[in-house]
Amino acid sequence: MAEPRLDAIARACRVQIIRMLTHAGSGHPGGSLSVIDLLVAIMFGRLRHDPARPDWPDRDRIILSKGHAVPALYSVMAKAGYFPEDRLVTLRKLGSPLQGHPDRTALPGIEAATGSLGEGLSVALGMALGLRMSRSPARVYCIVGDGEIQEGQVWEAAMSGPKLGQPEHPLDNLTVILDYNKIQLDDFVTKILDLEPVVSKWQSFGWPVVEIDGHSMTQIDKALDQAEATKGRPSLVVAHTAKGKGVSFMENNPEWHGKAPKPAEAIAAIREILDVTEPAWDDYLKTDRSAAAIVSELRALEKP
Amino acid sequence: MAAKASRAAFGEALVDLGARDERVVTLDADLSKSTMTAAFARKYPGRAFNLGIAEANMVGVAAGLALTGKIPFACSFACFVVGRFETIRISVAYTNANVKIVGTHVGVAIGEDGYSQMGLEDIACMRALPNVPIIQPADELETKQAVAYAVEHQGPLYLRLTRQNLEPVCPPDYRFRLGRWLTLRPGTDVTLIASGGTVFNTLEAARRLAGEGISAEVINAASIKPLDEETLVRSASATGRVVTIEDHSVAGGLGGAVAEMLSEVRPTPVKRLGTTTFGESGDPKGLYAKFGFDPAGIAASVAKFLGR
Repeated sequence: MAEPRLDAIARACRVQIIRMLTHAGSGHPGGSLSVIDLLVAIMFGRLRHDPARPDWPDRDRIILSKGHAVPALYSVMAKAGYFPEDRLVTLRKLGSPLQGHPDRTALPGIEAATGSLGEGLSVALGMALGLRMSRSPARVYCIVGDGEIQEGQVWEAAMSGPKLGQPEHPLDNLTVILDYNKIQLDDFVTKILDLEPVVSKWQSFGWPVVEIDGHSMTQIDKALDQAEATKGRPSLVVAHTAKGKGVSFMENNPEWHGKAPKPAEAIAAIREILDVTEPAWDDYLKTDRSAAAIVSELRALEKP
Repeated sequence: MAAKASRAAFGEALVDLGARDERVVTLDADLSKSTMTAAFARKYPGRAFNLGIAEANMVGVAAGLALTGKIPFACSFACFVVGRFETIRISVAYTNANVKIVGTHVGVAIGEDGYSQMGLEDIACMRALPNVPIIQPADELETKQAVAYAVEHQGPLYLRLTRQNLEPVCPPDYRFRLGRWLTLRPGTDVTLIASGGTVFNTLEAARRLAGEGISAEVINAASIKPLDEETLVRSASATGRVVTIEDHSVAGGLGGAVAEMLSEVRPTPVKRLGTTTFGESGDPKGLYAKFGFDPAGIAASVAKFLGR
């Protein structure tokens, strides 16, 4: 059973997301927390990669097209060994390779600059095609946001994906995942520009689609298996998620799209992520030295 | 060599380079007959991709291909491909993907199709990106060398090509180098800097000016970014007057780049010839006359600038 291991990693990554955003004083917690289970399932469940050789030609690739959720990607990259975890607190700081949105030239392991929404799927198509042409066994995973697919370029790419490279190089080495957390910057997606019926839209563009709970490691794993088994076309996984997942006061609240927690809020968030009650918290911290270190580090950020 | 459009020379060069380097691939957005990549697609069908009328996706797919080691040429009319500037900015430039953006049908010289098809702001857009060299060759020889250079160059690059035929202007032993300009005609009274479609007419204008007792130096500036600072400063210092001639907006084009550099390095009076309005439909010759890019128009502007 891989799920308990992956859930534990996801919990640790959620703590790191809260930690780094609090240090940065800005950033996007909501979408980072909605996408983290997907990233953990990919990175620690199946990705063929080598953090010591980020330019290995046959590595699997992750494109986080919704680049504002990059704290989630940094947290799994650090845990996988691309860079030391203590560097996470340099997020968004002058001179740090951990740019506010992904910068391929600054941080080995980032596959493409993203964050200008709507661009990542096209890059993923080109990568999948290039890998096929080179007879590489590598897979490409592309994660798009729900608000993001309001961009027109996404639908150019969606129209192209099932046809590009045919018949010699079908892009069945590409899995696209929609992090469907139902909230965008200004408000709920349904209030800004509803995507529904999103599944039949993609199906009518020629994509096999599976719908899952994007916080269930079992369901994510099964969907990624299914996508990998699909031949002749790329696949889409519609992952229903909750924005701010794991932190009660952030969950499903548009306010937490792009706002960093204050230190006290961050500590409360970490306690919830670790599933510890308030009365038990002090005793818990005596048993979890790494959480205690993060908490005391965050307390030090509090302005007197 | 006979007159040939730089897009046609580009298409021929690609076929040759494609045989030598398997990494070379082409991407088009339903204009491969016009960008002249169609011959490459016939010869290497597995390496030519027509993405349909979806330029932003074409640019992004090109970036992805580059990130797996291919050398993609992403081609369309200059206005359409550079019009997807945001995708070029992030997926190609910021990502530092080894994509060659190719913009054809530049300037009012495309004629009858009118303004919506004319690349007149593409240099201004691309110049603002920190890591994208801009090359605009002036004849067949220079185009073929520029395309070969584009394959060798590591990183993104923008190639600006004409629809119309270009008379040969470079000597047979010419070798293109990025950041180096070619002095086609020496002169002492004024420096004329042209690029691409305006080079031949500028040479003609210099001949006319000679008849009026004005000695004009003519420089072919194929490398629009980076400029050839050494040649520019040497010539501007010697003549004391500079005129730029380009089939592009005066805002942000070759003239803008020249004026910016001279004002910092060697302040010199500069007159920028280019477009200041939208283009319009018409026959190319008539349009060049209307916009002052024909030999008579260029010569008149230069004489006026010199106070003759």
